[in-house]
Formats: sequence, C-alpha cells, structure tokens
Amino acid sequence: MKEEIVIAGFGGQGVLSMGKILAYAGLMDNLEVTWMPSYGPEQRGGTANVTVILSDSPISSPVLDMFDTAVVLNQQSLDKFESKVKPGGTLIYDPYGIHHKPTRTDINIVPVDAMEASLQMKNSKTYNMILLGALLKCRPVVGNDAVIRGLRKTLPERHHHLIPLNEEALRKGMELV
Amino acid sequence: MEEEVRLMKGNEAIAHAAIRYGCDGYFGYPITPQSEVLETLAELMPWDTTGMVVLQAESEVAAINMVYGGAATGKAVMTSSSSPGVSLKQEGISYLAASELPALIVNVMRGGPGLGTIQPSQADYFQATKGGGHGDYRLIVLAPATVQEMTDFVGLGFDLAFKYRNPAMILADGIVGQMMEKVVLPPFRPRRTEEEIRQQCPWAACGRGKRDHRNVITSLELDSAKMEVNNLRFQETYRRIEENEVRFQEYFTDDAEYLMVAFGSVARICLKAIEDARARGIKVGLLRPITLWPFPTKEIARLSEKVRSILTVELNAGQMIEDVRLAVDGRVPVSHFGRMGGIVPNPGEVLEALEKLTVNK
Repeated sequence: MKEEIVIAGFGGQGVLSMGKILAYAGLMDNLEVTWMPSYGPEQRGGTANVTVILSDSPISSPVLDMFDTAVVLNQQSLDKFESKVKPGGTLIYDPYGIHHKPTRTDINIVPVDAMEASLQMKNSKTYNMILLGALLKCRPVVGNDAVIRGLRKTLPERHHHLIPLNEEALRKGMELV
Repeated sequence: MEEEVRLMKGNEAIAHAAIRYGCDGYFGYPITPQSEVLETLAELMPWDTTGMVVLQAESEVAAINMVYGGAATGKAVMTSSSSPGVSLKQEGISYLAASELPALIVNVMRGGPGLGTIQPSQADYFQATKGGGHGDYRLIVLAPATVQEMTDFVGLGFDLAFKYRNPAMILADGIVGQMMEKVVLPPFRPRRTEEEIRQQCPWAACGRGKRDHRNVITSLELDSAKMEVNNLRFQETYRRIEENEVRFQEYFTDDAEYLMVAFGSVARICLKAIEDARARGIKVGLLRPITLWPFPTKEIARLSEKVRSILTVELNAGQMIEDVRLAVDGRVPVSHFGRMGGIVPNPGEVLEALEKLTVNK
C-alpha cells in the first residue's frame, strides 16, 4: 500500500494541520509517513499545500509531481493540482468559491460541501476534519480510530474536550461523500 | 523513557538529539528554514533537566564565538543556522579548526547567494567542503537525507569531532529540515562530568588543576616554522579522517549502466526517478555520499569503470560534480542536472534529465 496525497488551499484553512493529523494517523497504524509542507510567507493569506505519503514500505522522495489523491480548497489550488492527479486517482474539492469546476474525466471527482457543513455545525474550525472524513471515505488509508488516537497523542490535554467534536466532523465528512 | 518512535521535523529532531546526546550547550540565532532547532530547545527547556545551556545570541558571529569558547573547555557545544548565517560564522569556524577544537555546526541550506530565498538549496557545498573560512582546513561534513539521519548525525558528528579534535558540520537542506517523518530517538546519555571531560580532553582549558602546565587555546602562531608544523599536523589529521571516515550508500548499482550521484534529500528524489526509470528498462543506480568530506572518491572511481555515464543531481549550478569528475578522472562523461534559487526538481524532471543522458550517451 502506498498513497501519495496533496492537500492545498489558503493559509488558515487548516491545510497543514489536516496533513499532520493524517500523518499522525499513519504513525498510529504503523505506516511509513512523510509530511512535506510548503513553508514560508505563503502560509499567511496566500496558498499553502502539503504532501503526505503513507506507505507500508520505505518512502523515497518526499517531493512529488503526481498524486493518487488531491484535496483542493480553492480555485488556485484546483487550477494547479487538477492536472497532477494520476489517471484513476481522486480529486476532492469544496465547491465553495470555485468558479471553474474540474473537467477531467479520467479521475474520480468528489465535490464535498465542507464549508456549508462546518457552518451547520456552527464551528468553522471543523472544516478540515470534515474534509479529512471525506478523504478517508474515498481512500480508507488509515482507520478513524487511528485518527482519533493520533489526535489524542498530539493535542495538548487542555484541548482533549474537542476530540468528540472532531470525531463528529470526521463522520459528517464521510456522510457527505 | 528509552528509545521511542516519534513523528517530527528534521529541525526538531536535531534539538531532541542534542539533548539526548548529552550536549552541553547550544548557541544560535533564528533564521528560516532552521528556526525550529532553537524553538524546540526553548520548548524542551533542557537547562532544567540535563543542565544543557541554550542561548539565543545577539548574532551568528556571537553564537559561533560562544561555541569557540565552550569547545575550548572541552564541552560538547553546537550551533545551527542557514546559509547567510553560516557565512557569518566562517571566521569562527576557521578559528575552531585552527585551534583543533571539536564542535558541531548545522547548516540547513536555503537558496542564495546573498540573503536569497528561504526555500531549499544545496548551494553551500563548496563552502562546507572546501573551507569556507580562510586557511587550509577541513570540516567533517555529514549530509542527512532523512529525519532519522538528522537525529543520528548529531551523535555521529559530535563523536567524530571529539575523535579527531576537528569541527563537524551537518549539511542539511530546507526539505529535510522542514519535513516530518518517523524517527527513533536515541536513549538519553548523561552529560559528561567535569572529571570525565578532563580525562577525555587533556588539552582543554578548564583549569590547570594538578597539571604541570597551562593549556592555551589559540589559533595564533607568529613563528612561521611552528605554524607550518601546526599545518602539517592538521593535514595529518585530515589524511586519517579520509582514510577512516568515508560514508556512503549505494542503491541499484549492481547491474547499473548509468550512475547518479546525489546527496541529502535530492538523493531521495533521484531514487523515485530511478524506480520509474527501471520500470522503463533503464538500468540506473545511485551513489549517495553521506560524508561530503571526506568524499567517497574511491567508490565513485570504482563504479565509473562499469557504467556508461554519470549524472549528478544537485540543488545548485553544479558543485559536487567537481569532486565526482576528479574521482572519475575522465573515464566516462559526467553531467549535471540541477535547479537553483530554492526550486526543487520533482522526480519527473530528474527522470527527463536521465533519459536525455541515455539518448545522448
């Protein structure tokens, strides 16, 4: 098993955190993991992206040009990464703010109304967990329990009361697919 | 807690490894893309546990001179920075080498020249391996490709530095500094006691005690005859290092018709390209120098006798290629592929460069 994933959007949407949670879940499931962020000024207001690779064998390059799965959260990222999904791969996107929809026919295109769902949950911070739920429904590379165990391990104790909310967001994302 | 598997950035791993190694002091000044080294040390507060000193100096120049002072007393001390900051440290590094002092310097390279960019680069290869500062001296240069190696090379760097009384450098890049990977942290090793330091470092300036002479640490020697003797001794040390400490890793070289040479995280991008090339029937292998100095000259010379041509891939305009060409000595063509200014080539681009090579011979 090897899954090469890119997550891309605006800085502040939780792109890097979503990748981190996925990477920690991989760690919990004893997979090999790399998490390679874009770093620098683009994190503040501009675009941000992260490459996460999960594999049951050692990982060579942490830098990739083609991906099994792309999760894109804005138009710029969609324009940039649609062509970089391998044929037969998966493109997950939030239609919120998207003017030009993806057009490829050789990949699975999955729209997920995560922005709307997070507003319904009355907590915009659930946004990236909803998308992570959608990702794991399409590509069950790690178990939900691994995600929660990863959260428990990485979140400081004082934030542990937020774990049930995150679990709910994860389930919500799965239902939206 | 002994060995444990964690997920962390290369820069964070350096900080954890330093504490666990029993490092006595870290002196640094923040600069992207290595600021997490100092940040993580500040967060871990080792001064409360192992007694390790962590100090944010007023500048890179101050930091390296604090390292000079600490090293002179036999302490295991280190600094870290990124390219422009490491340029500022060069005078101090030359003094450390001339005073035959062990120390660890970490450079998480970013694109230059000048203030350049904060994105990854390998353009400080010349600076690290050919001197950087003034005078005939060498650094032991280790090039990590994984977060695990970022961890392990802290211990290895210190061990080699003390073994040869010579500064060692970890020459990393923004990729391996910023990426997170699984890492097994080494067990905690207590810091050496004052008595242990006196035994291990009879040369250290840590108080005369019962010694019949004073230890003086200096790089100054105005008597040229004596200064030449010093230089001959340095060179003798460098020959011993060259003989004993060459480290490298070979991948798919058994049946290779083409050879790639790359170090650090770029070697991993090459490996991915090699997987794809082999799927297309191109028999290509990789040699990854782990020590950039001493350089794996003999091993590259040996491989050059069985391949058609060699491609070096670097995040610069072609620096290591000079050492590869010296090793190959004209036996086969050696060409370069690289990107500069913080651009990282993806595996597809490397594969393209490789395919050109196989067509052109």
